[in-house]
Amino acid sequence: MVATTETIAAVEDATGAYKYGFVTDIETEKAPKGLNEDIIAFISAKKDEPEWMLEWRLKAYRHWLKMASPDWAKLNIPAIDYQDVYYYAAPKSAEGPKSLDEVDPELLATYEKLGIPLNEQKMLAGVAVDAVFDSVSVATTFREELAKSGVIFCPISEAIREYPELIKKYMGSVVPVADNYFSALNAAVFTDGSFVYIPKGVRCPMELSTYFRINEKNTGQFERTLIIAEDNSYVSYLEGCTAPQRDENQLHAAVVELVAMEDAEIKYSTVQNWYPGDETGKGGIYNFVTKRGICRGDRAKISWTQVETGSAITWKYPSCILKGKDSVGEFYSVAVTNGAQQADTGTKMIHLGEGSRSTIISKGISAGKSQNTYRGLVEVHKPAEGARNFTQCDSLLVGDTCGAHTVPYIVSRNPSGKIEHEATTSRISEDQLFYCLQRGMDEEESVSLIVNGFCKEVMKELPMEFAVEAQKLIGISLEGSVG
Amino acid sequence: MNLLEIKNLHASIGDTKILHGINLTINRGEVHAIMGPNGSGKSTLSYVLSGRDGYEVTDGEILLDGESVLEMEADERARAGMFLAFQYPVELPGVTGMSFLRAAVNARRREAGQDEVDQLEFVKLVRAAAADLGVDNEMLKRAVNVGFSGGEKKRYEILQMSLLKPSLAVLDETDSGLDVDALKIVSDGVNAQRGGDCGMLVITHYQRLLSHIVPDFVHILAGGRIIKSGDKSLALEVEENGYAGLVDAA
Ligand SMILES: Nc1ncnc2c1ncn2[C@@H]1O[C@H](COP(=O)(O)OP(=O)(O)OP(=O)(O)O)[C@@H](O)[C@H]1O
Ligand SMILES: [Mg+2]
Repeated sequence: MVATTETIAAVEDATGAYKYGFVTDIETEKAPKGLNEDIIAFISAKKDEPEWMLEWRLKAYRHWLKMASPDWAKLNIPAIDYQDVYYYAAPKSAEGPKSLDEVDPELLATYEKLGIPLNEQKMLAGVAVDAVFDSVSVATTFREELAKSGVIFCPISEAIREYPELIKKYMGSVVPVADNYFSALNAAVFTDGSFVYIPKGVRCPMELSTYFRINEKNTGQFERTLIIAEDNSYVSYLEGCTAPQRDENQLHAAVVELVAMEDAEIKYSTVQNWYPGDETGKGGIYNFVTKRGICRGDRAKISWTQVETGSAITWKYPSCILKGKDSVGEFYSVAVTNGAQQADTGTKMIHLGEGSRSTIISKGISAGKSQNTYRGLVEVHKPAEGARNFTQCDSLLVGDTCGAHTVPYIVSRNPSGKIEHEATTSRISEDQLFYCLQRGMDEEESVSLIVNGFCKEVMKELPMEFAVEAQKLIGISLEGSVG
Repeated sequence: MNLLEIKNLHASIGDTKILHGINLTINRGEVHAIMGPNGSGKSTLSYVLSGRDGYEVTDGEILLDGESVLEMEADERARAGMFLAFQYPVELPGVTGMSFLRAAVNARRREAGQDEVDQLEFVKLVRAAAADLGVDNEMLKRAVNVGFSGGEKKRYEILQMSLLKPSLAVLDETDSGLDVDALKIVSDGVNAQRGGDCGMLVITHYQRLLSHIVPDFVHILAGGRIIKSGDKSLALEVEENGYAGLVDAA
């Protein structure tokens, strides 16, 4: 309820422009442009990595060289010159170990401006943040607090040095190095990201979040996140992303792996607001992301919630491998496209465990000249006796120059599995719009209200602290889509 | 100054002419009833007044407080004080009543340069107003009009009116779908708004509403024109004899 008023205010405030589009003027250290084994060795050395890590990267790179960019999505992806990208950029001041007091004030100011104050006193109560700026993590808050309960929350580069056993065991265990073109690329050049470890029986005492910011020009961001929840533990994690407004396209290829053991629960939420490009399709982030979780133990639960409003191109399918008996996978998604944006997003629910259950709720909103596709796979394997899936895909069209598509794949190898799929496509009706206008809301506010209503089922899955922000974003992303 | 002045109003939907020269003046505090056969243009008049897209004024003038509203968008007219209780209220899936009502109230407050309503105060205010109209708290938590019964939707319209306090309220067949008791409750709600600065245009087919909301004037709309105006006795006449005689005489 608060959120609606906030939405209104936000829609009013915003001038129709991407408000995170500013650039931070800060001295950076970059590796030379281009991709080769030397660059990979450079990144590995910068991160002070052990030899095995470099080997792992090189292996991934050699795989990648033999792979081809996927072309099955309903996306028009311009050819990307991988030699014209910087694979490493770091604010000079971010080198070396740092406490919050030592973080460059320029960086702190940047995050303030983005609405993510890193000063622990000013922060949202109960939310710990890892802030990743281009290729490095610049600050991680509340670490000591978390350590008291045995929770590890740190940059992944640090985890590679400090917890090599966990990394060796789990990194690449859910998304194998050569899983796909972009995951292989990420494995070769990933620079930072977050590592989370929740020990047995621990309920993580606060929300964890990572805030990704691309600042440098022509720089790719390749972060890697790994979350491990041991038996009977719980964690809720949120990532947010923004980037400056630039005419060139920028590449973002992330990998996220989640491991949930017996009776563990991981709730992973994303509010993705990378710069979407202008309305003619100039500029914007190419967002090619591989996110996958495995419910290894019985009754484990993984829940993905995403609000995707940004990026010029989104290629992303957060998935669950439901291996444990009675394990649960959930995917709640809102994908908003406007202008010339293209999104091909959805999920994969792979049922292996007996009695495993999954729920998919996808809300696609297309406006302007955008194309918005839901692509989802539900696969019930032989051992998954009595598996159940419920899928609901709703598309909402704003205007008549956009497209919405639903591509569900269903594979059932066990006849006892029960799979339900519901899909609807609708428009914001003129009746609804007039009803709101007649009550005094202007057109943008009316659309925002109707669209937020349409997404309600998904929005209520977001952690409270972020729901307001997400509602605002939806309103802002649809600006200029009517009238 | 008159609250509303409709002068020689002609309007079409697409190529179809629906209103053929309507003249009507409403002063503050007055209640005008409009009756007329199905398809005579009553709802069309309400939409034209409130500025709905697709309803084109081809001739004539609409003045609210002496100012033409023809160039104003629907939302601007609403914020200028016009309210329409819909004949068929619209469902807004997922939009909860409280947030919808607050957005509507705040839109007016912002226009008036006032601060937005205090959340807690507002909830209290809405609950009180809702109780008066027999709208329970559960209904306020539900999505606007979704799954409401016909009668519930009509009560909800009047609840909105009582919160928005319009200067000109157009009620389009608010009585249809209401049971006898609800008709009384809703009429009391309307009468509570009556008088003072508010003028009303009440569209109905039935005299029974007008025995609760007693009109100062009654107009008969047929074929897109007002063919006869009179006092409340005209409604009784229609009830007894139907429209045939009136239409023929016109
Ligand atoms: N979108 C439209 N396109 C064309 N004609 C329309 C449209 N909407 C309404 N009409 C016509 O305009 C005329 C007036 O309709 P209107 O709904 O105003 O009547 P009404 O007096 O409110 O009737 P009722 O008592 O049944 O509610 C009717 O002939 C109707 O068919
Ligand atoms: Mg009508």
